[in-house]
Amino acid sequence: MRPTPHRRRVLLLSSTLADAAATPAAPAPQPSSRAKKRRSGGLGRYILVRFLLIIPTVFILVTLVFLLMRTTGDPITAALGGRLSGAQLQERIVAAGYDRPVIVQYFEYLGQIFTGNFGETISDNRPVIEVVLTYGAATLELAFYALIVAFIVGIPLGMVAAYFRDRFPDAVLRILAILFYATPVFFAGLLMKLIFSVQLKWLPVSGRATTSSELELQLLDGKTGIYLIDALRSGNPDVIGDVLAHAILPGITLGLLTAGIFLRLVRTNMIGTLSTDYVDAARSRGVGELRLVRKHAYRPALIPIITVIGLQIALLLGGAVLTETTFEWKGLGFQLAEYLQARDFVAVQGIVALLAVIVALTNFIVDVIAALIDPRVRY
Amino acid sequence: MSAVTTPGADASTTRPAAVLTIEQLDVSFSTDAGAVKAVDRVSLSVAPGEVLAIVGESGSGKTVTAKTILGLLPETATAGGAVILARRDGSDSHDILSLDRKGLREVRGRDVSMVFQEPSTSLNPVYTVGWQIAEGIRAHNKVSKKEARQQAIEILGKVGIPDPSTRVDYYPHQFSGGQKQRVVIAMALVLNPGLIVADEPTTALDVTVQAEILDLLRRCRDEFGAAIVLITHNMGVVADLADRVAVMYQGELVEEAPVRELFAAPKADYTRKLLESVPRIGQRVHGSAEERAKKESLETAETLVEASGLRIEYPGRLGRGSFTAVDGVSFQIRAGEVLGLVGESGSGKTTIGRAIAGLTQVTGGSLTVLGTEMNGVKERHFKKTRQDIGFVFQDPASSFNPLLTIADCVAEPLRIHRRSLGERETRKKVGELLEAVQLPKAFGARYPHELSGGQRQRASLARALALDPKLLIADEPTSALDVSVQARVLELFAEIQREFGFAALFISHDLAVVDLLADRIGVLYHGELVEEGTSEQILTAPRNDYTRTLLASLPVPDPDAQAAKRTRNR
Amino acid sequence: MTVTTPKTVPDAPDRKRSLLSRLPIVHQVRQSMGIQRFMLVAGLVVTGLFILTALLAPVIAPYGYSQLRGDDGAFGSQQAPSADHLFGTTVGGYDVLSRTIWGAQTALSVVIVAVILSIFVGVFLGLVSGYFGGWLDRVLVVVCDAIYAFPTLLLAIVMSIAISGGQSSLWGGVFAAAISITVVFIPQYFRVIRAETVRIKSEAYVESAKVVGASNARIIFRHVLRNATRTLPLIFTLNASEAILTLAGLGFLGFGIEPTSAAEWGFDLNKAIVDVSSGVWWTALPPGIAIVLAVLGVTLVGESLNDLADPRLRGRRRVAAASGTVAATSVVPGGAQTAGPAGLGGLESGETFGDDGIETRP
Repeated sequence: MRPTPHRRRVLLLSSTLADAAATPAAPAPQPSSRAKKRRSGGLGRYILVRFLLIIPTVFILVTLVFLLMRTTGDPITAALGGRLSGAQLQERIVAAGYDRPVIVQYFEYLGQIFTGNFGETISDNRPVIEVVLTYGAATLELAFYALIVAFIVGIPLGMVAAYFRDRFPDAVLRILAILFYATPVFFAGLLMKLIFSVQLKWLPVSGRATTSSELELQLLDGKTGIYLIDALRSGNPDVIGDVLAHAILPGITLGLLTAGIFLRLVRTNMIGTLSTDYVDAARSRGVGELRLVRKHAYRPALIPIITVIGLQIALLLGGAVLTETTFEWKGLGFQLAEYLQARDFVAVQGIVALLAVIVALTNFIVDVIAALIDPRVRY
Repeated sequence: MSAVTTPGADASTTRPAAVLTIEQLDVSFSTDAGAVKAVDRVSLSVAPGEVLAIVGESGSGKTVTAKTILGLLPETATAGGAVILARRDGSDSHDILSLDRKGLREVRGRDVSMVFQEPSTSLNPVYTVGWQIAEGIRAHNKVSKKEARQQAIEILGKVGIPDPSTRVDYYPHQFSGGQKQRVVIAMALVLNPGLIVADEPTTALDVTVQAEILDLLRRCRDEFGAAIVLITHNMGVVADLADRVAVMYQGELVEEAPVRELFAAPKADYTRKLLESVPRIGQRVHGSAEERAKKESLETAETLVEASGLRIEYPGRLGRGSFTAVDGVSFQIRAGEVLGLVGESGSGKTTIGRAIAGLTQVTGGSLTVLGTEMNGVKERHFKKTRQDIGFVFQDPASSFNPLLTIADCVAEPLRIHRRSLGERETRKKVGELLEAVQLPKAFGARYPHELSGGQRQRASLARALALDPKLLIADEPTSALDVSVQARVLELFAEIQREFGFAALFISHDLAVVDLLADRIGVLYHGELVEEGTSEQILTAPRNDYTRTLLASLPVPDPDAQAAKRTRNR
Repeated sequence: MTVTTPKTVPDAPDRKRSLLSRLPIVHQVRQSMGIQRFMLVAGLVVTGLFILTALLAPVIAPYGYSQLRGDDGAFGSQQAPSADHLFGTTVGGYDVLSRTIWGAQTALSVVIVAVILSIFVGVFLGLVSGYFGGWLDRVLVVVCDAIYAFPTLLLAIVMSIAISGGQSSLWGGVFAAAISITVVFIPQYFRVIRAETVRIKSEAYVESAKVVGASNARIIFRHVLRNATRTLPLIFTLNASEAILTLAGLGFLGFGIEPTSAAEWGFDLNKAIVDVSSGVWWTALPPGIAIVLAVLGVTLVGESLNDLADPRLRGRRRVAAASGTVAATSVVPGGAQTAGPAGLGGLESGETFGDDGIETRP
């Protein structure tokens, strides 16, 4: 008998189209019902295979970025052209080795990346890895706030929308979700600033903290760069309050974008699971409607949701670049925009390549979590 | 255990007259095309401890009726009439249709429960079965988690799950199909409801597993005293389990009678036709002069297909071991001969059919099809041979390109291999082919979705016959069809085979169907050919144990014969 | 599966639907109801307005997108809204309303170019990769998955640097932006079409063509292509909204189109950040709202189409009373999952599925 393809359609929308094919957590279809012996080490093998997949992913992205950036010529001319004389430029190009064949540069670059060297910026002569470590903390903090907002807003509202499917609350929530998605973060950020900072003057306009708080945090021993943690450790309530006040608008701005996507994702997947036989079966045992939504529909829906949430990390990072620019949140995204303005393509290339590694790693972790939740993979 | 007689007679004096009374039930659905009535003025009643079978083909409204009993209709449905459900002890009764959500919740599971068709989809994959059983208990009774778990273990043991105290913590995917259905039945039984609604409880299962589940359902009635509403299309199942039968057709109740009466003397025309359509073993008279003549001529006929030690493996996923679907199978098909291949799911029968048609690679042994060795064959060497092979697929829904007309689909083989014919000749030939399979020529202009399943399978046959093939492979061509449609398609198949004289490989899971057509039958089990012989020999004097089990498991559409068979098998 | 399922045997619907009701959008509008119809119609109206504005920009816009002075001298910088300039002027001295209207044209042309380019490349790769499989398929899948998981905006930035060195000053900027977005979208189309192709490849009608001996080219073009691309209009709409957002993001980061060559909403918003801090609202609101409306409209259409194409998501009418003619109604085994491919085509097949997999036929 021919193996019947296990057709499971994961219901996704827009930015996450047709992930059905790419849901790695979907259990392998058994070729037949014959001799159901347990496959030992299924999870371990899955994690291993999934981990090995990181290598080609990173390799492809790094290569792609390298090649694309080199099509415009050498980075020195791009960054400093016009400011230095032709001879000076040439001197620096030779010094940095950009006069050699691209293929040589490429392999050298690969080798450097392998040892964790992502290059040195042209505009301010800093190692890219140091730039990322310095500013990464701020981006991490922002992403953390955003995810909290997204989870708190997106998931429960998605469940509510699925529960009230096609009725008034559902309609309101869906349009809200589309609005969250349709509003570019920089515009949402501008609006919030206009209302809460300029008009109402409740919250600071931009930055991560006031100058005085920042000074205090800088002086702290063993600072993490994540202001919330540093502020908590400093124990100064004014500083904590100040840091939180600065975090609210950027966190909500970026969080709502993601929340809109979570909401739709939860809703569609829950509607899918709510129409399955096992929900009907549970209903026929006398299980209440709320419990059906909360337990029977939510948990199975969670598996594809988590997988797709992993893919949203990319969206979150892209959004972070824009949010940070809007709020002058001195994170990696903000820094990237600065380097872009300065045409410092070595810095851009390095940051983007490092982000590729981060994205690949996050997706791996998310997939493993999804697999751990799914008993069909776990056992 | 005495057979099917006098259900619940011992306690009938103390029990209420009926656990379920359906009065003038109407159910309508809203569709894009407006309201559609699914159930039309149906009245039924079920006595305590009785098994009422509701029988009908697709579209008869039987499942809708079943869902109504539990109030499980979707929001798009509207129901009228009354569905009165009594508590087991007779202390209380409710009209399901007028109950509110809370009332429904209380009744479900306690007074009535349900067994679903597909056990693999009716269990939540992310919770253990024990959790799911306990949830049902705790939805109704205030018991501790530990106590509920204890009850779950107990009921799992009662439905025949071995080692229940360990398996209570298993997830559904760790059980086989039959065991899953046992778990579903355990869930239905755990609160001891007076009524169980079983919607096609054995349809998704293999015939040997079906027999076990039917036994279990009988125990539900005999030992647990539950009345059962059995929804099915399978007359054998009805004969095996039912006390009374209600026949539905297009939303209406056409006949209702005790099971023996119905089988012995059906009153309604429709019931009579339905019973006549059911294929049964022994229907075809073996040993006729005609058959003997054919048998002799076959002995000298040329061999079209020859398999020896045929082995087919599917590659495993990502370094996992490969899966052997067919393992050392040898057989022959001679010109003009119909070979029936029978087996349950996973037996490799479909794989063999696909290998002969060059759809699946042969990985070991030898398979010669019309003179071409299929082991390691290149497509371009096999291409010419293809015009001599026809294939009829199982699923009528997907066997035609939805964007082409039936005529275009049927003409496809002609356009590829008989390009010299020209457009007019091709059209003419398509018309003839459609007529040969008893479809009006005008149907050629229709799109596949505009045809019924039976019509599509006939068109599929026409396409397979377009090039006048020497060999036809039919892979479960009727298993997706209703019984009455199946009978007509099988008849047509037999007729055309006689007329065209092609050799055929007929694949089916149903021995009775194969018996109608095949000269010889091969029985497959786990990729191995366990027995092969003439139809007569296989069906009357099987030598292999598995063949015997298969034959014994097949319920006979006759209550008395089935009861006798059951006693014999015990 | 060797299951004797009481599969629905549809009776041929004897009345054909009129040509009008079979037209793509019209059909969906008729099919929808309640909230879904509202969302679809609202989306269509907003999208229609967006397209009209883009097409009629030269007629509607009071000034040119790069116009700095009118008949009575220069417009002036950061002028508050007035009769001459309904939404005031920007720092650079442009008329905000005019640039907002012209921005629709830029957005529309970028969307069209980007989506068309990516559809062609994506569909072709997806078809070939899905149909033939093998190592090429595996490589393409890994490459596309890698690109897919990467932040689209960053990729578009890198791409636009590669194409124009980061400075798109000519009208070719539209193309530069469009190609940057194309690269982001190709993996999406690739994935969708490949998944569909792999599914269709195992459908009986493709196998039937193989058994008959049809050539690969014939199978791909006659049987697979059209069936695999049934969902494209849907992805197209959902992608169009993402294209608008990506373009705006590029512009906001300074990788868009220079103000002298075309009007671009994201660029204008970038210039408006400083204004907002000083309380100047009129430079930020019009282009921002324009983006929101354009994306909202297209997304509403896309989502509604998506819902209507998926039997599980489609809303259904309720009947008032037990009424209607008796017709074949049966439960499809396995519920809606065994239904045809979700997509526009699924709608045209005359099959409808209820919430519980109850299939009803007119």
